[in-house]
Amino acid sequence: MRAYTPKDDVQAKSYYTDRYYVAPQVPKQEVETDEVFAADLAALKAKFEVKESFIQVGQMVVYINANDIYGVLEFLRDELTYTQLSEMSAIDWLAKDNTFEIFYQMLSMTKRKRLRIKFFINKGEAVDSVESLFRCADWSEREMFDMFGIEANNHPFMKRILLPYDWQGNPLLKTYPLEGDEFAAWYEVDKIYGKEARDVIGPEIRDTARVDRYDSERFARLGFEVPKGTEITGNEEPNKQDYQEEGGVFLVKKFTKDASKIIDDPQR
Amino acid sequence: MAQHKVNYTQDGGLPVALTSIDKIVNWGRSNSIWALTYGLACCGIEMMASGASRFDFDRYGTIFRASPRQADVMIVAGTLTKKHAEFIKRLYDQMTEPRWVISMGSCANTGGMFNTYATVQGCDRVIPVDLYLPGCAPRPETLQYGVMLLQKKIRANKAGNAQKPKRLM
Repeated sequence: MRAYTPKDDVQAKSYYTDRYYVAPQVPKQEVETDEVFAADLAALKAKFEVKESFIQVGQMVVYINANDIYGVLEFLRDELTYTQLSEMSAIDWLAKDNTFEIFYQMLSMTKRKRLRIKFFINKGEAVDSVESLFRCADWSEREMFDMFGIEANNHPFMKRILLPYDWQGNPLLKTYPLEGDEFAAWYEVDKIYGKEARDVIGPEIRDTARVDRYDSERFARLGFEVPKGTEITGNEEPNKQDYQEEGGVFLVKKFTKDASKIIDDPQR
Repeated sequence: MAQHKVNYTQDGGLPVALTSIDKIVNWGRSNSIWALTYGLACCGIEMMASGASRFDFDRYGTIFRASPRQADVMIVAGTLTKKHAEFIKRLYDQMTEPRWVISMGSCANTGGMFNTYATVQGCDRVIPVDLYLPGCAPRPETLQYGVMLLQKKIRANKAGNAQKPKRLM
């Protein structure tokens, strides 16, 4: 007997994978190639443990310990003139080794340099909030909490920022389906009408190409419209596409093209 | 002095027009459809253009109101997110009957291109809709035509108190 191979999800897989495939990476350079970054890194190394550092696309990337982050950003801001936190968020590596990579993109206006502070945390761990150093981190950390479920310690208002407070799930996780899980699919129905209304309202239709001329609940055939819910037989009377009734409307004059004066002189 | 002379000798010598209650009520209703200012996304820009001088909604007696309690028609102009769904229901409930809903544009009709977790796939999942306007975004002419079709729909119905309230549930 031949071994059974499932044939229902052939389309979902790529038919060819390279066994020795290595994802392309932007080339890395030594930090010593840039003297400004080399001086900054030396100052940083004197106070904190630096795990890895390199330059990519003209920006220095520094890996540090997770619990050093407040001190490192304070040092960068006050001593090394990296006064702006451009962006911060997380990267989902849960499938690879059950970790999140957190990054903080910093900008120094005086040195005209950008550097990125990075560290890893395990799933379920929290990061230290830098909201008291950079006000912009307030919303960034809330967004990180919203999208990844990573909490920030000592944050003044650790709540969801984009999604409603009673939402379940973290949409930027790679395990979250784009079209939403069951909670997301029924969110508005459950919240407004209750769970028992699911049968009445029905599931979401997400097939954008769906056209059904026999479904008069959802579709109308142009020129052959019928009242909602009518059974379509195919012998519908054509509807005249008209904005006003034939017999005219009370106190409203019907526009007739023949009786109107057409001004064809542009220099009138 | 009045510029227009009133001709008292026509129409049987009386300055009157005879009609039925239904017609006169529907005439009033259909020619004063006050719309709720409800621009949710880019369709809202087209809705604003329809109200402005070039397209001029005032000709139909359609004036935008900032309160649902003064509005007759809700023009859902734009993407309805799941976070906002409870508020559209609340605004709809605050409107006085008879009330109508125009779903304007692909997003309000079906969710449009936002095939995501955060978008309601058609605002008719939350409130009953009278008129669906296709387009992304529909031109102001489409919205004007939609309002005229809504006027036609209002005229076609009985004006009495026994009007069947529309309920999604």
